[in-house]
Amino acid sequence: MPSHDPALHLALALDGTGWHPASWREPGARPTELLSAAYWTELVQEAERGLLDLVTLEDAMALQSAHPSRPDDRTDQVRGRLDSVLVAARVAPLTRHIGLVPTVQVTHTEPFHASKAIATLDYVSTGRAGVRVRVSARPDEAALFGRRDAVAIDRTRPDDAGLTQLFAEAADYVEVMRRLWDSWEDDAEIRDAATGRFVDRAKLHYIDFVGERFSVRGPSITPRPPQGQPLVTALAHQTVPYRLVAGSTDLGFVTPQDPGRTAAILAEVRAEQAAAGRGAEPLPVLGDVVVFLDEDAAAAATRKARLDELAGAELHSDALVFAGTPAQLADLVQEWHAAGLAGVRLRPGGNAHDLPLITRALVPELQRRGAFRTAYAESTLRERFGLARPANRYAAV
Amino acid sequence: MSTGTRARKQIHLAAHFPGVNNTTVWSDPAAGSHIEFSSFAHLARTAERAKFDFLFLAEGLRLREQNGLVYDLDVVGRPDTFTVLAALAAVTDRLGLAGTINSTFNEPYEVARQFATLDHLSAGRAAWNVVTSWDEFTGENFRRGGFLAQDQRYVRAREFLAATATLFDSWSGDEIVADQASGVFLRDPDAGRFAVHSTQFDISGRFAVPRSPQGRPVIFQAGDSEEGREFAAAGADAIFTRHGTLEAGKAFYADVKGRLARHGRTPDSLKILPAATFVLGDTDADAQEKADVIRHQQVSGQTAIKFLEQLWNRDLSSYDPDGPLPAEDPFVGDSHIARGRASVRMHRDPLATARQWRELAEAKNLSIRELIIQVTGRQSFIGTPSAVAAALDEFVQAQASDGFILVPHITPGGLDEFADTVVPLLQERGVFRTEYEGTTLREHLDLPPLPTPRRG
Repeated sequence: MPSHDPALHLALALDGTGWHPASWREPGARPTELLSAAYWTELVQEAERGLLDLVTLEDAMALQSAHPSRPDDRTDQVRGRLDSVLVAARVAPLTRHIGLVPTVQVTHTEPFHASKAIATLDYVSTGRAGVRVRVSARPDEAALFGRRDAVAIDRTRPDDAGLTQLFAEAADYVEVMRRLWDSWEDDAEIRDAATGRFVDRAKLHYIDFVGERFSVRGPSITPRPPQGQPLVTALAHQTVPYRLVAGSTDLGFVTPQDPGRTAAILAEVRAEQAAAGRGAEPLPVLGDVVVFLDEDAAAAATRKARLDELAGAELHSDALVFAGTPAQLADLVQEWHAAGLAGVRLRPGGNAHDLPLITRALVPELQRRGAFRTAYAESTLRERFGLARPANRYAAV
Repeated sequence: MSTGTRARKQIHLAAHFPGVNNTTVWSDPAAGSHIEFSSFAHLARTAERAKFDFLFLAEGLRLREQNGLVYDLDVVGRPDTFTVLAALAAVTDRLGLAGTINSTFNEPYEVARQFATLDHLSAGRAAWNVVTSWDEFTGENFRRGGFLAQDQRYVRAREFLAATATLFDSWSGDEIVADQASGVFLRDPDAGRFAVHSTQFDISGRFAVPRSPQGRPVIFQAGDSEEGREFAAAGADAIFTRHGTLEAGKAFYADVKGRLARHGRTPDSLKILPAATFVLGDTDADAQEKADVIRHQQVSGQTAIKFLEQLWNRDLSSYDPDGPLPAEDPFVGDSHIARGRASVRMHRDPLATARQWRELAEAKNLSIRELIIQVTGRQSFIGTPSAVAAALDEFVQAQASDGFILVPHITPGGLDEFADTVVPLLQERGVFRTEYEGTTLREHLDLPPLPTPRRG
C-alpha cells in the first residue's frame, strides 16, 4: 500500500441550490439565479475563501427528476441546469487556486470532445481541472441522443452484466481521454524558424484506440494540458464502480453510511487497485457526506426537519446525512481521515446556509486543530493531492 | 453617445482568432501562444475595447495531414471552442462570442445544451457558426465514424439545425416561478418537452436548459455553394464569406439578400460578413511594403510547394519553389494527398485551375512561390489607417457586405493597432458605434427580435 498522504482534503459538491430538494425555498437560496454566471462564481469564490481543495459540479443530460431512473412531472423542485464543463470554464478566470471538477456523462457523448474540453479547462484554469465521469443507464437520457438504447441494469446484483458493460465502456472512455491528453508530447510545439516547422510531428501520436463501443484515432487537436493529466474522478457505491475508481481514476468518492463501513469500502477499493496493477500508485479517496450545519446541533436537526416537511418526505441520500455543529462535523471528518480516507466531499444541504458555515466555521475549527491548511501552497490540482505530473506514455525515455 | 444621425449604413466588425493556416505568421517575434488562455483574453479584450460585435473561433476536429503526415508548416493545435468561449465570457461584458461547431460529429441535444448554456453564462452573447463535413478522415476520431455520404451533409445540417431550434424553443422563458412561499418552482410540468423525428434524428424528452437570453445563439453559416446559400437564406442570421473583392462581394450580396424574401425574411435579417485581412502603415507605400513582407512570411518556399501539391494532388517535393510550375498535369482521383482541409474541396476542376495558374505564371513570369502568393491571397485592406477606414466604409456602403470578420496575422496582438487607429476613424465617419447600445449579440448585429415560442 502506498504511503499515505497526511494532508486532509475537503471537497465541495455543488448541485443547484443544495442537496436537499427543498433547499431552494430557504432564505438566500436565489433559486431564480441558478442559470446565471454570478451565482456559480460567487459560490466557488466562497469555497476558495475557505481554502477548499476543489468543487465538483453535478450534471446530467436529462432534466432533473426525483425518480432515480425515470422522468417526473414535479413542479415543486428545481428544474433546469447548465452544462457543468462550461460553468467551470466560466468560473476559472475568476478564481485562482481551487480545483474545478465538472461532470461528464460518458455513455452517450464523444470521448474526443470531452478530452479536449477538459484539457482546455486545464488551460483556462492554469492547471486546476479535473473531471468526474459518470455513466448513464437512464432510458430518458438515451432518448435525448437517439443513438442507442439504454443499457438495462440491475443495481441489486453486484455482478450485473449491464452494469459491468456500462462501466467497462466508461473505463475505455477514460483511457481515450488520457491517451489523447498524452497524444502531444510537452515539447511538440517547436516553432523552428530554420526549418519552417511549427511542430515536431514525431512528438504527435496517433492513439489508435479500438474498443468494443468506439474507436478513436487521434492525435488530439489540443496540446497536452498543463497538468499533463487532469484529475479524473468518479463516485462509486459498489464493486463494479469501485473497479472503475481503482483502475481508471486519480481520485475516488465513496459513500460510507456509518463510520464502521469506511475501512471495509477502502479495503475493497485497495484490493481492486492491486488487481488493476496500480497498487503502488497513490489513489486518494474521499467520503461523501450531506451536511446540515448550525452553531447549535438541535437547530441543525430542526432545519433539516423543516426542509423535509417542505419537501413532503424525509431526505434520502446515497451518502451519509449529517446534521450538527461544525465542531461535530470536524470530529467526523477527522474520524474518517484516521480511517484512511483522504478527506471528505461535502454536499451542502442548502448552499446559502451551509456553505458559509463550511468555509467560516468548519474550516477554522479544523485549522485550530492543526488539521487543515491555512493557505494554498500548490499551484496545480494534482499537486494538491500529492500526485506527480505523469510522464507522457508516448514519450521516448 | 454617438453624434449625429445614423444616415450611413453601420459597419459590423468581428475579430477572428488567428487560425491553423498560413495566414497566421507564427515565426514573427511578436507571435504568442495559440493555446494559452491569455492569448484569447488579449484578443477578446482588444475587440471589446474597440466595440467589435463579436470574436470568432474556427474549429477543425482532426489535425491536417499532407502526404500521409501531420502538416507541420502552419500553426497546429487549438483548444476546445465551447470551453474557451465560456471562459472568455468571464473577462468580457458585451463582446459576442461565436464558435464554429460541426453538425456531423456532434448530436443536436448536446450542442443545444452547450449553446444555451453559453448564452446564459454570457448573458446573451453566443453565436454558432454551423459547419458540415462528411469525411471519414475526421470521423476516425468519433464514435459515429465517417458514414455520412457527401450528399447527405446538408440534409443532416438542415435537420440538425431544425432539431436544435426545436430544443431552444422547448422553453418559452416564463416557466420558472420559483415562488419560495407557495413551493411552485415550475409553472408548467411539461416545460422543455420536445420530440424530433426526421431522417437523421429520432430524439425526444425534455430539454434541460431553460430559455436563454437570446432565445437561441445567433446562427452563422459559411458555405458558398448553391445549397449553402439557400441554407443560409432559409435560417441563418449571418454569413461568413470569402468573397473579398468589391465586385464579387456585390454579386454575392445581391444574390443572397435576394433570396430572403422567398423565405419571408427582410434584408436586414441576414448579415453578410466576409473575412478580411489588413496591413497598416504610416504611408500607403510603407503598408504595401509590409504587406509584401507578410505575404512572403505566409508563403515560404515549402508552403508554396505544399499548396501546389494540394491542387496537383501529387508529391512535388522535388520541385524548386523559385522555379517554374510542373509540366505534368494534376492527378485527378478519389484519394487526395491533403486531408482535413476545406480548401481541397474548392479545387473542383483541378485541370482547369492548373491551366489558369500556368497561364498566369507564364504571362507574368512567376515562380511557383510568387504564383502561390498571388493566387492564394485573401481580401486584404492595405494602407494608412485612414485609407483602410475609407476602403472598409466604401465596401459596406457599396452593398458588398455588412461588415467584416477581420483576421489578424499575429496572435494575440494583431488587432491592437487596428483598434487604436482605424476604429476611431470609422467612428468619426459615423459608421461604427462608439459605445455598445445593446447587451446581446443580436442587438449588436441589429437583428430583429425572435418571436417568443408558444407551447402546446
